[in-house]
Amino acid sequence: MRLALEAAFWLLALASHWLLPEQLPLLGQVWIVALFVLSLDLLVGFAGVLTLGHAAFFGLGAYAAGILAQQGWGEPLSGLLLAALLAALLGLVTAPLVLHGGDLPALMVTLGLSLMLAEAANKLPGITGGADGLLGVEMWPVLGLFRFDLFGRTAFFYALAVLFLLFLLARLITASPFGLALRGIRGNARRMPALGTPVRARLVAVYALSAAYAGVAGALLAQTTQFVSLDALSFQRSAEGLLMLVLGGLGALYGALLGAVAFTLAHHILSEMSPLFWQFWIGVALVGLALAGRGGLLGLGALLLRRGRA
Amino acid sequence: MLTVLVDGIASGMLLFVLAVGLSVTLGLMNFVNLAHGAFGMAGGYVCVVLLNRHGVPFVVCLLAAALFAALLGLLLERVLYRRLYGRDHLDQVLFSIGLVFIAGAVVDWFLGARQQLITLPAWLSGRIELGFVGIGVYRLFLIGLCGAIVLALHLGLVRTRFGSRLRAAVDDAVVARGLGIPVERLFAVTFALGSGLAGLGGALGVEVLGLDPTFPLKYMVYFLIVVAVGGANTVLGPFVAALLLGVVDVAGKYYVPQLGAFAIYTAMVVLLILRPQGLLAKAAAR
Repeated sequence: MRLALEAAFWLLALASHWLLPEQLPLLGQVWIVALFVLSLDLLVGFAGVLTLGHAAFFGLGAYAAGILAQQGWGEPLSGLLLAALLAALLGLVTAPLVLHGGDLPALMVTLGLSLMLAEAANKLPGITGGADGLLGVEMWPVLGLFRFDLFGRTAFFYALAVLFLLFLLARLITASPFGLALRGIRGNARRMPALGTPVRARLVAVYALSAAYAGVAGALLAQTTQFVSLDALSFQRSAEGLLMLVLGGLGALYGALLGAVAFTLAHHILSEMSPLFWQFWIGVALVGLALAGRGGLLGLGALLLRRGRA
Repeated sequence: MLTVLVDGIASGMLLFVLAVGLSVTLGLMNFVNLAHGAFGMAGGYVCVVLLNRHGVPFVVCLLAAALFAALLGLLLERVLYRRLYGRDHLDQVLFSIGLVFIAGAVVDWFLGARQQLITLPAWLSGRIELGFVGIGVYRLFLIGLCGAIVLALHLGLVRTRFGSRLRAAVDDAVVARGLGIPVERLFAVTFALGSGLAGLGGALGVEVLGLDPTFPLKYMVYFLIVVAVGGANTVLGPFVAALLLGVVDVAGKYYVPQLGAFAIYTAMVVLLILRPQGLLAKAAAR
């Protein structure tokens, strides 16, 4: 049953290429956003570390991959690798700062760090293009075979493939003893040392891992749109990521994917009516979700399934 | 030099009036309220609309702004905030970011996204020449008024029964409840008071800090810094923090404009790492 649902999800994702041929660029974005939310899920959903500045890693990855390609090395996969490494490095360096207190310091330090990065990118137009964005990103074909085309076909398959592979990896990781330790830490960080879990080291590791995932997502965006703007580092991105995660279902990998899909599609439809309208309804959704508690779409689905069986 | 200092002190005092309510929300109820700036924005817009469209005198506008924000705070606290006390911080963060988005969209819808401008009454505009430097009358007015508020709050917190109950509740809500202090009601009143002050600060700040629908997000970091650095149980802590912040911010923007807001964000992160005591240590220990 579970396996069938999972297969259906990925087949549907693949089939959307033929079901919605007009919307390929949008669908490509959906996979990228899903990867970003997945990275948040690893950190917030599994390990219970709060962050308001995850866009820092997304933006760093985007600029790293973008600048690499702009400087003349347009090979996509090595760009992803570079973005992942740099983001993980930033995660490793900043993890001790973020993890040294409770929720509040974590929220504020992550927020502060991401704002610092955004302001730095804004004030260094020589490197990042500043407010105009990074132009002149030219990508080589993926694996030397598939050129990025105007219709977003290559971007669609490329982003979906990366998402699928990294999703499988995340699944392995969360099912491993490491993943179980993370859940334990979220449940009760004081008791975990009694089981022999080095809490600090586990949290630093998952922070860097999550940062690397976010970096790859950013790099994908830079490569498929061949453009990077300051938007990649914005607070809005961090906040929307959290919203999608909670919308889909916290602490479940498919929750992250579902949340990203539902959110991006709703955004597309509603903001065509009016951007203001959209902002208003995001706000209402956030308040509603916070009041109603967790579970999200995935929780709702599970509830319906149980009802159906009973 | 002196002009920069006075400007810095004036904006620091404004920040204090805007943020002091948040220190109670965070300290007393351990509630991460990122929407605090929305009350300031509400006050600012009440002032702008009354002043520009209806020609109400400025002082009356200020009072109306504070009153409106206080009532709004009371209403939201009773209807929504109350349900989220003691919940996960993530829920509170999502909830308050949602409120910020809603407030921004509503304001944008009715009044537009542009910066709002006000014309100050004649008795508040112009400059006074003090020796070599000219100092804006409005800045002096701000310093005087906010200084009076600080003094009143300090005396209120230290000398009155309400103040001592509030301090007791911030120190240890459980024991305070056990002693028969109505912590819930105390908090509702303080929340409304804090929102009202934020509304007043927003109205006063239209001329200094600017006002547009992104106001709550733009200044969220500043409020958080004031509270985090200042601590929750005194008036003077956040006051000193706000003054420092105001002076550093204005001086930074004046002397090294190419750094922009970078200096403030760096200062915040460094301070948080060096000095996580006060409010933060308390919140973490719970």
